Amino acid sequence: MTTQAPPTIVPGHPQTPALQAARLVLSRDLRLAFRRPGELVQPLIFFAIVATLFPLAITPEKSQLVVVAPGVVWVAALLASLLALEFLYRDDAHDGSLEQFALSGQSLTGLLLAKSLGHWLLTGAPLAIMGPFAAWTFGAPVSALPAVFISVLIGSIALSLLGSIGAALTLGVRRSGVLLSVLNLPFTVPVLIFGARATQQAIQGIDFIPAVQLLGAMAILGITLAPLAAAAAVRISLE
Amino acid sequence: MTGRVREFMSNRVLAGEGLHLWRGDRHILRGVSLELRGGQILQLTGSNGAGKTTLLRALCGLAYLEEGKVFWCGENVRDNLHGFHADLAYVGHEPPLKADLTPRENLRYWVGMRRALTAAQIDSALDEVAADEWRERPVRTLSAGQRRRVALAGLTLMGVPLWMLDEPTTNLDTAGQSLVTRMLEAHVARGGLAVVAVHHELGISSAVTLHRMVLAS
Repeated sequence: MTTQAPPTIVPGHPQTPALQAARLVLSRDLRLAFRRPGELVQPLIFFAIVATLFPLAITPEKSQLVVVAPGVVWVAALLASLLALEFLYRDDAHDGSLEQFALSGQSLTGLLLAKSLGHWLLTGAPLAIMGPFAAWTFGAPVSALPAVFISVLIGSIALSLLGSIGAALTLGVRRSGVLLSVLNLPFTVPVLIFGARATQQAIQGIDFIPAVQLLGAMAILGITLAPLAAAAAVRISLE
Repeated sequence: MTGRVREFMSNRVLAGEGLHLWRGDRHILRGVSLELRGGQILQLTGSNGAGKTTLLRALCGLAYLEEGKVFWCGENVRDNLHGFHADLAYVGHEPPLKADLTPRENLRYWVGMRRALTAAQIDSALDEVAADEWRERPVRTLSAGQRRRVALAGLTLMGVPLWMLDEPTTNLDTAGQSLVTRMLEAHVARGGLAVVAVHHELGISSAVTLHRMVLAS
């Protein structure tokens, strides 16, 4: 028998290691995002618009703006992150990529964790950079800005991961935007409360670390449990 | 070595026993049973809505069966779903390609997720399906037939023993259809198995064991 060019069927075929597979999913998502810069900047522009409208609607007086700054930064960040969640699985579900993930022989949980990480890098991390800037324009002292950065950075991890459950659950629903927001509300409210609290304490010069630690706990909860739930929801949607 | 591999492969068996599946109040799969060994092709035909795709998805483990079990090499696939999927390649109605990536990039991610790949292997698989300059263009700009060819290239690259194909010849020209036939023949000659849902008879040469199953609606 002549040996043909690869690929041939080999028993016990060597598989891509799980970490490498997750890295491929992440690099794929980043590459795809940069091919569509419009979708990429959409949540960031949304955040900027919300943050700009508040001073116009309330008052340009900085002494009053600094009081609402934590709330504005966090509500805007939360909504922007929610806006981007709608795209998390949508395209992959349409073109059959999610199906191939589920049939890849790799852990679907691991692949979805990589997707959530990509979502956070593309929305959460940029929002963490924009957050302190918005707080500063609202009159927050420069000394408080690192705390705003850290709290949004950690809080957005929790938002991306806990939000992925809702995104997976609404995969079969047409025009799922509103349902997704409602489903995610119970997960996002604690993040909003402690995130805004940390920012407020930092602006007032009080110790903000405990609130950030709680945000960190929620992020860890998200990293460990959300991909499992999302994977189960994705499997149901594929049926 | 080749002989031993072939022997190993022909031991591979896909079996389904009394598969039942409901969609709402429609009883789609009504006690389907099948057995397929290495070197055999199962051709699924049936009118639209007869349950060809549903059966393929149930065999893959994507759809949950109300009753019945699927066995791969004697083992219930639900007991080791990851192991089963590592041996399985499923290509559905639509080629699972990202519109914004080129065929090369698509294969790198889609197949690379499963097995280590070199750029040369991807190129030779694309050569096999007669992809010329369009392998550098985003999939968005390709015709349906060209996308189908990219999916076929991915299929060969996976190097897995079990193929499940849903309408693999859709949108292909005559040359493309005979390419599918050649690929299937080469696959089973290596000891692979294939379950293929089609509307028209596959033009497989008589040397290959072709089983036929007609699903009634």
